[in-house]
Amino acid sequence: MIEPRLKIATCSLAGCFGCHMSLLDLDERLFDLAERVELDRSPLTDIKELGECDVGLVEGGVCNAENVHTLIEFRARCKILVAIGACALNGGVPAMRNQYDLKECLEESYVRGMGLVNAQIPSDPEIPLLLNKVHPIHEVVKIDYSLPGCPPSADTIWTFINELLSGQAIALSYRQIHYD
Amino acid sequence: MSGEPSFTLDGQQIPFQEGQTVMQAALEAGVYIPHLCFNPEFTPHGSCRVCLVKVNNRMQAACTTPAAGGQTVQSETEELREIRRGILQMLFVEGNHVCPACEKSGACQLQAVAYYVGMLAPHFKHFYPRRPVDASHPDAVIDFNRCIMCELCVRASRDVDGKNIFAVEGRGIQAHLVVNTPSGQLGATGFSLHDKAAQVCPTGSILTKHRGYDIPIGQRLYDRKPINVVGDVAQLPDSQGGRRHD
Repeated sequence: MIEPRLKIATCSLAGCFGCHMSLLDLDERLFDLAERVELDRSPLTDIKELGECDVGLVEGGVCNAENVHTLIEFRARCKILVAIGACALNGGVPAMRNQYDLKECLEESYVRGMGLVNAQIPSDPEIPLLLNKVHPIHEVVKIDYSLPGCPPSADTIWTFINELLSGQAIALSYRQIHYD
Repeated sequence: MSGEPSFTLDGQQIPFQEGQTVMQAALEAGVYIPHLCFNPEFTPHGSCRVCLVKVNNRMQAACTTPAAGGQTVQSETEELREIRRGILQMLFVEGNHVCPACEKSGACQLQAVAYYVGMLAPHFKHFYPRRPVDASHPDAVIDFNRCIMCELCVRASRDVDGKNIFAVEGRGIQAHLVVNTPSGQLGATGFSLHDKAAQVCPTGSILTKHRGYDIPIGQRLYDRKPINVVGDVAQLPDSQGGRRHD
């Protein structure tokens, strides 16, 4: 009998897709992975609607209303939610704007930025509204596992996924844990 | 038994000399107890509490507790590791520690101790305080975002350099590091890279300019080996990836 493959979803919120690049760095190990898991909503599948999943991997912090919506949906539909990378864990580089007011940030880019014509702060209703501050995802939903790194290396992700899928306790080696 | 007094640390006999603290004796015996505000060259400060141990079943800071014959000291227990993790997490959320954007990353004692105690995530709500960066000095920069108030620069400048360049101002959560000049700028002081104060910062708060990435990320002090094996960045010479100028 063929065992049903576990469903995994991934998303990048306020991140740079670096953690997804690290996931792709699994290289030929991706073939092994594809035999054991099925990708649901993910930038790699372009599925728009998130289904019921076993594991959700979340890259990036929360910087706008859409991020909050996506994150809450991931929490509701994924049995295990994993924060991947510095931005998801502590806001990372996007959270460096937290030292300034949102107005100051927007004006710096869109009003006082160099070479602007008809300078104005974008207000198209299709653009998700920015939050006053960027938040790590644990400040919005409960997180089951945290995987630090900017990004975590493919080896770290591989060890983590393997141990998680086989039901072992996660044990990462010293060199697999770093914050940079 | 010989006449030399000793105590047990996690079951191991640690000899000591009269007047030594638990931390000093452990260090001399080659046993690592995690610490941040402690530096063997300075009078213990006892403020960061990372070196918390159980001495005869009471929580004490190893750096300020005098060693005494027959003491039973516990350090590497899950209970203590959890408390230390909590202290590290609080230190991380209280400042702005953006490791990916910090040129000290990989050779930072704060980071290394956090690795050692197994901190994966900051857990608490971040403060994201608004703190300045002072780049007014030609050779050094102070990034107050990364200061953990260990006061090692204060002690080094006052007690070793005799310059009294740094001080702590305010109380409780308002306490913060200041530069002792009317403008508050490091550039207006007699600070020099040869000062002891330039070599003791356990974080990326006090940095030497123009050489941030001389050693690439991935090849730094704590990138391959943990701090209990490598030792403190302030105690190692430049040539070994440390901060000490010999």
